[in-house]
Order: sequence, then structure tokens, then C-alpha cells
Amino acid sequence: MGILSKKDAGLIKDPLFDNNPITIQVLGICSALAITAELKASIVMSISVIFVLGLGNVVISLMRNIIPSKIRIIVQLIVVATLVIIVDLVLKAFAYELSKTLSVFVGLIITNCIIMGRFEAFALGNGPWKSFLDGIGNALGYGLILVIVGFFRELLGSGTLLGFKVLGDPIEKTGLYSIGYENNGFMLLSPMALIVVGIIIWVQRSKNKTLIEEA
Amino acid sequence: MEHVELFFKSIFIDNMVFATFLGMCSYLAISKKVSTSVGMGAAVIFVLTVTVPLNWLLDQYILQEGALSWLGEEYATYDLSFLSFIMFIATIATMVQLVEIIVEKFSPSLYNSLGIFLPLIAVNCAILGGSLFMQSREIPTFGLAVTYGVGSGIGWFLAILAIAAIREKIRYSAVPPALRGLGITFIITGLMAIGFMSFGGMLTGGDEKKEEPKTEEAKIEIKKEEGKEKDAKVVAQNTNINK
Repeated sequence: MGILSKKDAGLIKDPLFDNNPITIQVLGICSALAITAELKASIVMSISVIFVLGLGNVVISLMRNIIPSKIRIIVQLIVVATLVIIVDLVLKAFAYELSKTLSVFVGLIITNCIIMGRFEAFALGNGPWKSFLDGIGNALGYGLILVIVGFFRELLGSGTLLGFKVLGDPIEKTGLYSIGYENNGFMLLSPMALIVVGIIIWVQRSKNKTLIEEA
Repeated sequence: MEHVELFFKSIFIDNMVFATFLGMCSYLAISKKVSTSVGMGAAVIFVLTVTVPLNWLLDQYILQEGALSWLGEEYATYDLSFLSFIMFIATIATMVQLVEIIVEKFSPSLYNSLGIFLPLIAVNCAILGGSLFMQSREIPTFGLAVTYGVGSGIGWFLAILAIAAIREKIRYSAVPPALRGLGITFIITGLMAIGFMSFGGMLTGGDEKKEEPKTEEAKIEIKKEEGKEKDAKVVAQNTNINK
């Protein structure tokens, strides 16, 4: 990356793997689990969070010297809420079906702990450009997990990816279905999201032993 | 009767943690010890009981389409529902602050046990989620909104209490090193959520009939019989929206 200095690139790269907001920092789990039954919903959710976190981090970072620390939580909430309203209105206008699927979870981006966590931990102490990169990086790390979970749940649960029947047609018994493969409807139910995330954490921590917890 | 139904429905069937994954962050972070989890759970019940009815009033008399008609004829067509996120979160943040001040003044002992958790609650998705579900499920009366708030709070309390008890015991088990801590908690929560799904068939009557294929067996049967991916989508939506 030519434009970015090594340190700036680290701001984007770290949260993707070694300091992933979901699997390591344990932030923003709620939405990660609830909307990942379809890959498309996961991708849209990731894009919304990238937008809100990137822009929100910049706004908070610009205001960091004029916010009295006692009321900073309310100021932060108002900034996020405004950005989320924009996302919600855009979704309702251009992807109405999808906004129905996401239902209240678009609104819940406001209380997504990743957003408040990054505001508190980073944007309040750093300049706008760095905060922007940090926001994008963390949102990408969040999106990565969402897309992985969404990918497996949609593939194993309904045999499709983004709505395309990649495993053949279950009714006409083509592709994999001709040799007796069945969709695992259980993958579409909410508990499986938890188990899939648990397995991702397992894989990640067995590869990187430094992340293993003591207790 | 509808109060009882909504009460049990919001505790077991639409359990905040197991059915809709709300408040997962604090659920995972504060469930290491039973004693702290009780404090957090109590605070959540308390704040939900206050904010859900309050936001119901806000929704009914200010935000909904035509809600402003009490101001006069010319306001009857206003629709301010796009403001609901910002209004709800502002109400919650102020209420949490207010509750903190009041509790500190009148019951220092309660303040000491809840104190640390109250500020955390403003950003707990269970609280905002409670209000947003209240809005999207169109709960009809003030009384039902109170019931819904209390019920969802108790559901969250039960969930965090259960996982905290399990995590205290699991320290004595030989969990694979890479799964220790967070990983195993996720998987246990998943198993508990499967258990809670069996409550899905508990209430029958009224609008529950539509949701019957919610139980896992019925779902798998449907899928085997028809094998259409349309069903899968309906199922996914049912579990997501949980209306």
C-alpha cells in the first residue's frame, strides 16, 4: 500500500485478524448472529457498519476537544443515531425487502458495542485520518466474520449463495441433490449462528496460540 | 389473560438472548460470576420496565403517523417515525442517568450493587431492542407495554444467570485450550438456545398458530416433504423477525 504508511496500514490490518472486534474484543455480537442466515443480509449489514463506523469515528475525532467528558456518551449516541437514520432511510428507499429482513437490527447498530467501543478507545484520542482508518479496519473485521458466518449458514442451510442455487436444485434433484444430499434446515435457525461463531473462534485460536485465554 | 400470555411469551419464547441475540455483549462480558450477573440482570429488568412504557408513550403520542393530532387539526398528517431511533436512544440515555441519580440518593446500598452496571446499560442492545421490538410488534396498550418490558427483562435475567452458573462450573472441566473462555461460552449458549426453542410450542391460540412451524421438528419435516428453498426463506425470516 503506497499511500499508507506502515503504521496506518496496521490500523486497517490488525482488526481483520489478530484483534478482530468479534472474536477477540467480543464487541458487536448481537447483530452478527441475528442477521446472518443469508449472505446478502450479512453483506448489507457489513456495508452499513463500515459507513457508520468510518464516518462516526471521523466526526467524533473532529469534536474530541470540544465534547465535555461528562456528557460524551449522549453526544456519541446522537452522532451514531443520526448516521443510522441515514442508513435506515437509504435501505428503505432502495432495498425495501432487505430492510424488512434486517428489521430492528439496522436500528440496533446504534447500540452495537463496536461503535461505542471504537469511539471511546480510539476516536477520542486520535486525529480524524487515523480514526477513519481505524473505523474502516474494525468495521471490515466485523464484516469479515459476518460474511463467513453468512456464507456457511446459507450454503449449508438452503444450498444457495446470494440466492443462486450453487448445489443444484433440491426439487428437481440435480447436482448434489441427485446423490441424496439434503439441506440442513437447522443451520437457518438462530442457535446455529452461535455455534458457527464458536467454531470460528476455535479455529482462529488453535492457529494463533497467543490468543488462548487462561481461565 | 393477554397479559399472562405476553408475559410468558416474552420470557421464554421471544427470549431476548436466545431468540433475538440482544444484549449479547454484556451477556458475554459480565457472566463470569453469578453474583455480578445477578446485579446486571436486576439492572436490566429495572431499566427495561421504565424505558419500554416510556418509549411506548413517545411512540403513540409523538412519533407515529397521525400521533400528533392531539395538538390540533393541522398536525394530524405528520409522520415523525423516522426520528424514532434518535428519540428512543435519547430517552434511554437520559432515563439511565436519571435512574442512577435517584437510586444513588435514596438507596445507597442498591446503588453500590447496581452502580457499575447502570452506565453500561445505556449502550446495551437489549434495552434499545426492547423499545424497537415494542414498536415493530405494535403493542396496543400501555399496560401491555409494561408487561412486555418486565417480561423481556426477566428473560434476559434468566439467561445471564444460567450462563454464569454454567461458566462457574465449567472451570473444572477439561475444555480444549483453544475453546476456553469465549469459544465454549458461544457453543453452550447455542445449545441453550436450542433448548429454549422447545418453548415455541408452549402457547397455542390466537396468533401463535401462524408460528407453529417454529419448532425444529416441524421445520425439518416441512423441509423433507417439500424441499423447497422458499420454505427455508420463510423459516429464516421467522427466526429473524420473530413476529
